[in-house]
Amino acid sequence: MSMNPFCEIALEEALRVKESGAASEVVIVSMGNEKCTEVLRTGLAMGADRGIHVATERPLYPLAVAKLLQALVRKEEPGLLLLGKQAIDDDCNQTGQMVAGFLNWPQGTFASKVKVDKSENCVHVEREIDGGLESLRLQLPAVITTDLRLNQPRYATLPNIMKAKKKPIAKVTPEELQVEITEDFDILEVVEPDKRKAGVMLSSVDELLDKLKNEAHVL
Amino acid sequence: MSGFYSSRGVRKLVFEVILRRKANAFTQHSKFSTSSLLDNTLTQFKESVYQFAKENIAPHAATIDSTNSFPKGVNLWRLMGDFHLHGITAPEEFGGMGLGYLYHCVAMEEISRASGSVGLSYGAHSNLCINQLVRNGNSVQKEKYLPKLISGEHVGALAMSEPNSGSDVVSMKCKADRVEGGYILNGNKMWCTNGPTANTLIIYAKTNVNAGSKGITAFIIEKGMKGFNTAQKLDKLGMRGSDTCELVFENCFVPEENVLGEEGKGVYVMMSGLDLERLVLAAGPVGLMQASLDTVLPYVRQREQFGTPIGEFQLIQGKLADMYASLQASRSFVYAVASQCDGGYVDRKDCAATILFTSENATKVALQAIQCLGGNGYINEYPTGRLLRDAKLYEIGAGTCEIRRMLIGRELYKSG
Repeated sequence: MSMNPFCEIALEEALRVKESGAASEVVIVSMGNEKCTEVLRTGLAMGADRGIHVATERPLYPLAVAKLLQALVRKEEPGLLLLGKQAIDDDCNQTGQMVAGFLNWPQGTFASKVKVDKSENCVHVEREIDGGLESLRLQLPAVITTDLRLNQPRYATLPNIMKAKKKPIAKVTPEELQVEITEDFDILEVVEPDKRKAGVMLSSVDELLDKLKNEAHVL
Repeated sequence: MSGFYSSRGVRKLVFEVILRRKANAFTQHSKFSTSSLLDNTLTQFKESVYQFAKENIAPHAATIDSTNSFPKGVNLWRLMGDFHLHGITAPEEFGGMGLGYLYHCVAMEEISRASGSVGLSYGAHSNLCINQLVRNGNSVQKEKYLPKLISGEHVGALAMSEPNSGSDVVSMKCKADRVEGGYILNGNKMWCTNGPTANTLIIYAKTNVNAGSKGITAFIIEKGMKGFNTAQKLDKLGMRGSDTCELVFENCFVPEENVLGEEGKGVYVMMSGLDLERLVLAAGPVGLMQASLDTVLPYVRQREQFGTPIGEFQLIQGKLADMYASLQASRSFVYAVASQCDGGYVDRKDCAATILFTSENATKVALQAIQCLGGNGYINEYPTGRLLRDAKLYEIGAGTCEIRRMLIGRELYKSG
């Protein structure tokens, strides 16, 4: 199993924040079955300090993940929560926003630039939005979700892979965190969007006006 | 390692979530699993080297072959050194990793998968030179030569063969005459990988021309030593870009502190080195076979004839199966013998058998790869031709298959 690419970017940013002196520890979390430990080992090999595996065989959707994260945040009290903007299997793009809502923390999503200002206890985030770039100043603690152009994740080099073997991965269950995972919805069906119908070739502007008026009803 | 402070303002834990990612199309065929042979750490390492090689070495593979040289704009030796690939079997005090041959074979396989030429040069540098220094050098020599070789600042090489002494390497004529303070070397060496660029070379010469194998001594030569020159870069069928040349010694003075091991004991250095050389280089063909499948699989899924992807036809599927089985068997054999060597037991015939097996398999697999691509396999725009030309080298270098067969057969006959 491999790490979600946006999460790799989030981890890389976390490591850079720590290397800049603004943070003392990078803790990584993964939720699911045993295979999560592989992903955590990769993260530790990149340079994270310790890992937490929330062990469950149940399928996890963003709402459940956000609740579990809220519980972990209450326990660990981090100053900054970094997530990938979305997972590439379901492309939900919800978890970061939901957990910020639960915690009532400020959020900077689709971050393409992150700069922590320790003296002001805030973080400056530049976000990629449809209209261009938006600059935000968030009071810490805050939630940031990362976008593609934020950074280029580092390789896990052999010395770090060897060091990672000694780093701890703590295991915890949703029950221990007092979070109930409910399956809030059923997937009834998954369909492809309707195929685009072929366009119609018109012979004159009159014909176009006629169609716009009488068929499309936009005039 | 963790800092637990009380106030949130002072302690900033940075928290991050990694969601599970399902396997998707583009990583699937990179994970042929012989994963039961490798533990988690080795699997991580293999994946890491694969990514590194895919991004930093593979893009240059075709140009390296067509220009017959390493890329100019990027220093691959340094890049590999920064990634801690050169000193895998060297002690940590010199910048090495202090690990074993299984790790080295895994690295060799993934680099070779990206580029056969870079793999071969890497093998010559990290095993033939660096590992020989690690095994036979005294502390002064290790201190002097290893750090720069391991960082990639210096390139290493080794030369034993001569224009007239290939398989019959003990018949070498390169002489080392004893003089005050050292030796004077005269002679030639042939087919020296990395010869043109190497800063540090291990050379075998006869200190006693009449003593046969007992007259050989190993020396450490430095680029720039008076009387030592490299002749023309050789124009090879394959492994192009892995620079190979003839070495020329004309009254080259070598100080006595540059004797590697002991005078007259060079044959031990050479033969025991050859065992491990064969093992590590045996991973090269494994990488080439993997590269063959990396090319063939997407092609047969996409290329259609008679209204169907050719991968649906049984004859093609038969070829895929044969290629796969050869790859897996070769890989398993190399990993198993490497583990055995790491456990302290180096068996001469096992080491020779690995490269005998993997090299001949790689040539056959590369031929099948060309066949799967059909007419396109014959076009140099596709990598399959290069894979074949690169694979063929491994049936020759590090002792030809004929020598390997003779050696294994003889050992079995003696003590089987």
